[in-house]
Amino acid sequence: MYILSTSAVSPQASFEQMLKQPAIYEGEMLKCIEPDYTEYIDPKLIRRMSRIIKMGMAAAVETLQQSGIEQPDAIITGTAYGCLADTDAFLTRLVEFNEELLSPTAFIQSTHNTVGAQIALQLGCHKYNNTYVHRGSSFEAALLDAASLMQEGEANTVLVGAVDEIIEKSHAIIRRFGQYKENGNSSNLFNSGTPGTMAGEGAAFFLLSNQKNENAIAELIGAQTYYKTDRPASDIINHFLLENNVLVDELDLIIMGNNGDVKTDAHYNEPAQTMFKGARLAGYKNYCGEYPTSSAFALWMAVKMVEHGKRLNTETSPKKILIYNNYKLQYPSLYLLSAC
Amino acid sequence: MSKNVYIAGVGVISAIGNNVAENLASLKNNSPGMGDMQRLESNHKGKLPVAEVKLSNESLCQQLGLPLHTSRTALLSTIAAKEAIENSGVTIKKYRTGFISANSVGGMDKTENFFIEFLNDNNAGDLHEVVNHECGAVTEITADHLGISDFVTTISTACSSSANSIFLGARLIRQGMLDVVVAGGTDALTKFTLNGFNTLMILDSQFCQPMDENRRGLNLGEGAGYVVLVSEKLAGSLDVKPTVQLTGWANANHAHHQTASSPDGTGNLLAMKGALKKAELNPSDIDYINLHGTGTNNNDIAEGTAIKNLFAGNYPLMSSTKSFTGHTLGASGGIEAVYSVLAIQEGLIFSNLRFETQMKELPFKPVTKLQQKEIKNVMSNSFGFGGNCSSLVFSKNA
Repeated sequence: MYILSTSAVSPQASFEQMLKQPAIYEGEMLKCIEPDYTEYIDPKLIRRMSRIIKMGMAAAVETLQQSGIEQPDAIITGTAYGCLADTDAFLTRLVEFNEELLSPTAFIQSTHNTVGAQIALQLGCHKYNNTYVHRGSSFEAALLDAASLMQEGEANTVLVGAVDEIIEKSHAIIRRFGQYKENGNSSNLFNSGTPGTMAGEGAAFFLLSNQKNENAIAELIGAQTYYKTDRPASDIINHFLLENNVLVDELDLIIMGNNGDVKTDAHYNEPAQTMFKGARLAGYKNYCGEYPTSSAFALWMAVKMVEHGKRLNTETSPKKILIYNNYKLQYPSLYLLSAC
Repeated sequence: MSKNVYIAGVGVISAIGNNVAENLASLKNNSPGMGDMQRLESNHKGKLPVAEVKLSNESLCQQLGLPLHTSRTALLSTIAAKEAIENSGVTIKKYRTGFISANSVGGMDKTENFFIEFLNDNNAGDLHEVVNHECGAVTEITADHLGISDFVTTISTACSSSANSIFLGARLIRQGMLDVVVAGGTDALTKFTLNGFNTLMILDSQFCQPMDENRRGLNLGEGAGYVVLVSEKLAGSLDVKPTVQLTGWANANHAHHQTASSPDGTGNLLAMKGALKKAELNPSDIDYINLHGTGTNNNDIAEGTAIKNLFAGNYPLMSSTKSFTGHTLGASGGIEAVYSVLAIQEGLIFSNLRFETQMKELPFKPVTKLQQKEIKNVMSNSFGFGGNCSSLVFSKNA
């Protein structure tokens, strides 16, 4: 599979800005820097759309524009929490007004497939449309579906992405589980030495093609996800590299999903100190925060690095990148990317 | 790699029965499951009929040995998925097994209780009640209970959700990634969805009348339905050889409106056509269509128009079993897949209950009496919010 283009709405204004001077966040969360949506969405519709829909639409439309493909053969979305703001709006009113005086708008937009559906609606795309909602492997499942569709000969190009949002109430609930640092600082996330992480959110989309063309930025050589395995990280990674016939020495960069929580970072330190000793390692959650579909941000970052490297054409720019994330240590996922 | 994917087992729980045998008996006896709200505590009690599963959370938990705070969505799912596996005779531990489920609102039945206290005080409310809010959390309760871990995922495309989980399972088997997939979906009644559909003014205050000229809307239902899909190789090794295959499927989108179908049934037609093509069948090969047939004005005309165009003059027998179960949303594709398999196995066309008047736009009407007939190919339709349309084709072994 080839990645022709990618775009993200994230806590970073842009990849270029992130390289120059990444946005730094203090406290419990990293929130998206939102673009001017009128560039991507019919202005008449913007007002009615909640933030997650706009974020998803902007990333999806930008991805398509860059790819030069007007209509993909499939649109596949991953989201762990779905449209939280709309769900909250409808549920809060339902409770407060005791099941009376409700309006349908929030309910209509609360379904998990809203982002994928709105993209199809704006494109007038009647083709395959699916939405995966499986916690820390929602994006992975969407990507697996895309690969499987291509293998089945049902699609040549697939728009695939993931989107999740933070809202006040979901954050208030999740923080009660003790998942966040009290006084976090994203610039020092990995060295905080304290329990908990910082919350994040974002939308990232990719245009995948089964054919390499002149627009192709990178080849996604392999992608794999597992469900609740307690195998050590190095074991999982070694197996994946072996399956894809790649040696550790061939990797120019390894992007890891450690999130600064001392309780779980040991899982990532283990391969970092053994099989990856001396290799070039990078984290990404200091840029986007922790959320179930953050691996989509990691993949966006990797593709952008490859693209940027191709432009600079230097020896040191990474050409082969491995991503390893393991959300809540329950959904280990791996991606292997190679510059085209 | 063989292209054939077989149905080795089915499991279902709905308002018309707690297992396959009870569901089949109700379908044969024309005995619908809707009635006055008994379990759901809503202000609409006594005004809006619903199709509730007859077992309480307490008895479901006891039956499964799961804790009392478990979402009803997960309880229904576990009952039906477990029955499907038992029914299949497959020792899932011996194979690469996946669980692909679907639902529309996850553990909302618990979250909506949690919210009452939480809205007064952000530190109040029992966290046990939100821990399974996510759609995927519901799936995991069942997967973990069944001991399935090779592949686990969840799809949510509103009312077409579980049809999508079934064809994904078939595709992954065809591609050699898995040997067995338990696929389908689940949804429990919640105040959230009941009020949501009520604001859209598409709920019928009487028992629904799908495909009727004077239809007034849908009744919401709850339940879960799963099929056990197996590869040809595995099917051949079973003591009882499966007799039904999933031969066709397709997914398309109306791209018309967030909640409404395009009146000419664009997405419906594309889904049905695509499923026939995948199955390498002609429209005239379809013996029975298990309709999406919700009973809303919009769905039934869109679906009916698409059928009119696709089957032009050669209409198969058809019925909406939502006239029995109500609309079970994310579970409907799974439950109706089970009914489609039963239709082939038992040679039965189920009745479209309460039908009175043919729709004036359509040159056909649904089956109004249970019919015994050899059935080779069944089409099962599932259409939902977001323009999502999916059709499946089940076929008897040649």
